[in-house]
Amino acid sequence: MGQFLQQVLNSISIGSIYALIALGYTMVYGIIRLINFAHASVYMLGAYIGYFAMTYFGLGFFPAILIAMVLCTIIGVLIEKIAYKPLRNATRIAVLITAIGVSMLIEYGMMFFVKANVRSYPPMTGFLTKTFTLGSMTITTQQILILVVTIVLMVILQFVVRTTRIGKAMRAVSQDRDAAELMGIDVNSTISFTFAIGSALAGAAGVLVGVYYNSINPLMGMLPGLKAFVAAVFGGIGLIPGAVLGGYFIGAVEVFVAGYGNSMYRDAVVFAILILVLIIKPAGLLGKSTREKV
Amino acid sequence: MALLQKGWLKYILMLLVFVVGQVLVMTGILNDYLFATLTTLCINIILAVSLNLITGFTGQFSLGHAGFMSIGAYVCALITMRISTIPGFLLGVFAGACAAALVGFIVGLPTLRLRGDYLAIATLGMAEIIRIVFLNLEITNGAAGLNGVPQFVTWPWLFLFTAGTIHLISNFIHSAHGRACITLREDEIAAESIGIDATRYKVTAFVMGAFFAGIAGSLYASYFYFLRPTLFGFSRSIDILVIVVLGGIGSLSGSVIAAILLALISTYLQSFPELRMVFYAVALVVIMILRPQGLMGSKELSFDLLRNLGRSRKRRSS
Amino acid sequence: MNKVLSVQKLSKSFGGLAAVTSVNLELFQGELVGLIGPNGAGKTTFFNLLTGIYMPEKGSIELHRGSEVFSLQKRKPHDICRLGVARTFQNIRLFRDLSVLDNVRTAMNKNLKYGLFPALFHTGTYQKEEEELVEKSMELLKIFDLESKASELAKNLPYGDQRHLEIARALATDPVLLLLDEPAAGMNPAETSQLTRTISWIRENFDLTILLIEHDMSLVMSICERMYVLDYGLMIAEGTPEMIKKDPRVIKAYLGEDLHA
Repeated sequence: MGQFLQQVLNSISIGSIYALIALGYTMVYGIIRLINFAHASVYMLGAYIGYFAMTYFGLGFFPAILIAMVLCTIIGVLIEKIAYKPLRNATRIAVLITAIGVSMLIEYGMMFFVKANVRSYPPMTGFLTKTFTLGSMTITTQQILILVVTIVLMVILQFVVRTTRIGKAMRAVSQDRDAAELMGIDVNSTISFTFAIGSALAGAAGVLVGVYYNSINPLMGMLPGLKAFVAAVFGGIGLIPGAVLGGYFIGAVEVFVAGYGNSMYRDAVVFAILILVLIIKPAGLLGKSTREKV
Repeated sequence: MALLQKGWLKYILMLLVFVVGQVLVMTGILNDYLFATLTTLCINIILAVSLNLITGFTGQFSLGHAGFMSIGAYVCALITMRISTIPGFLLGVFAGACAAALVGFIVGLPTLRLRGDYLAIATLGMAEIIRIVFLNLEITNGAAGLNGVPQFVTWPWLFLFTAGTIHLISNFIHSAHGRACITLREDEIAAESIGIDATRYKVTAFVMGAFFAGIAGSLYASYFYFLRPTLFGFSRSIDILVIVVLGGIGSLSGSVIAAILLALISTYLQSFPELRMVFYAVALVVIMILRPQGLMGSKELSFDLLRNLGRSRKRRSS
Repeated sequence: MNKVLSVQKLSKSFGGLAAVTSVNLELFQGELVGLIGPNGAGKTTFFNLLTGIYMPEKGSIELHRGSEVFSLQKRKPHDICRLGVARTFQNIRLFRDLSVLDNVRTAMNKNLKYGLFPALFHTGTYQKEEEELVEKSMELLKIFDLESKASELAKNLPYGDQRHLEIARALATDPVLLLLDEPAAGMNPAETSQLTRTISWIRENFDLTILLIEHDMSLVMSICERMYVLDYGLMIAEGTPEMIKKDPRVIKAYLGEDLHA
């Protein structure tokens, strides 16, 4: 039982990170129907920005995560403006190939500048080093931190999407871009804003992962990026609650397969789930299916 | 004059390429290093042409071609390590290709109902699963991989398999079955309305593509004699995709030209592997923004095309 | 007369919105029947149900071929085409980047005899049948005056030719029942009358039955011997053009709307 609870706790931490990344995938997909492969690279950049802020500028966790979020926002918007905007009327496959290209450019470009070796985040100080024991469970402050930061960001996101003008514009554009444009919504700035929010969340996830696992490298985004995308598909791509649900589900699958099964097959199980979901219910757990109009 | 007909010219050209290659090998001009580059080039041509059948002609976006290649490589390696003779090698290539085709069938049947980017992500997932399985199997020696696969690949074999692949896929495309595949790329609903069984043709193209990718993998194993699961990751699939996209989605000669072009470029960049990937990435983005149809579009390099080019140039100059 | 198609109580709704409700329809050998109705009446949905693009929720669709009866409601589109139902689309769906010839000869695939092996090795069987395919396609293109444009890309044809090519492609599948979805849409009066002649010619020279959706009443009235009227997914009337013209429900639903417009 104790081990089980410990596993639940671990899944919540990993699931939070997947959920944060999945939100960016799902929002971008919802608005321009693109699997933004570059999103995982932004997450990696977030981790590096946090690392540099803490190591070279001696900043604490909170300033570092804020800087990472701000810079990732800018990077995300730039990617959209430079690489995706010229392709607004191209085929979806052309944009997808571009996204793969951008992601490789960032990852291997980063590898060229910072080298491929793994770097360690600086050790935490002060209250961030504490651990608590609850029965047989051990809870680290980092785990609490991940959960709290995730919840705070999700509440802010929910507030922005539900109540603000730009949030409503986002929902309108994802429903029907042409209709939204006719209603006077500035589609381009709405798309930029979506990339901005998604990238900020990815940046935060990057710093949280750095703090939690303590090691980062230029290709760290590839696998978690794919898994976060699986999470978004699982919950129903385009749906914000779906991404959160999917994130925690994938986190749990991963932790439990590793804990009770064979840790080597952890990733294979996640991809098998992806293929099953795509075949059985491609619209995802919370999604509704639609058909092409003839 | 009959000799100058297009069909004959193709065979004469093929024979010429073979003879020149053979002379270069026999005189030693093609040293070990250059021959390794040539082998990589031929393997990439087979991979690109077979992916083009799936993605370019049939319009099914696959990101898992490296997975099929790895199946061919491992199966061929395991067979030739036990039967280390030429018949063993041929058996290995054939078995490797068939194993890849079988997996292609099993994976393709359910996933090819998915459209566009969903299929892309499903095939990517499939390739990852294959890689993880090889990473964990005892017979493939896990992460350490297989070492000392017997080397059988020589220029005649290399030529036979490469030219054979191009020839067969080109024949397929210029048949009623190949045209049925192309209609699926153009408009699936219209294709079904004229009696084309979309699932059947998608699976056919996918299985054929996997079969030839299996051959490419077998050749890889039998020349580079060392296999590790990391050789067949996502970036290998992207390498192949770059060739197809650069050459032109739906152009076999485009794939061949692009493979040669990229082989030249990677030879120059070989001491900077990161830069090579950065270059590939930039190439992808720039092609998609400036010339999404690739170098050749869906055109083929043919004597008609050359004649037309000459004519339009003359017109421009006059 | 022999029955070709009988549709019983066919229904389909999208997310609670009834698109087609309990529709009955019968077609007999050699007939040219019109299906009319205002915009959004469910005509195209009805075609999509007949051709398997949508799955009906209720009801049955039966195709009679001689003494054999095939039920179509659970079949896939390509299967339905193989049984002899061909169609065109309201918003032309040609293979735009293929040649005119390829558009027609791909539609003959269902009767293809050679398999994968001849395709890969271009054997004698392949050569012979490919030549036959080209020959048959050119014959068909000749009917529509398209044989001189056989090697042009479909997307480069003028609009009227594209409509004709789509009909030629449907005929290439060797159908017993041809469904035409607004073939005159976007045509000028001269093109429309040319099309009217072509449709009559097809019916006389090919052994088939035609069901025609048309928004423009005058075209249907002039060539159809029988018509059905669909309004808000319900079949509100059926009969000869004269009967339909006088039917008060039709006038209210269809002509009434037009008169006010």
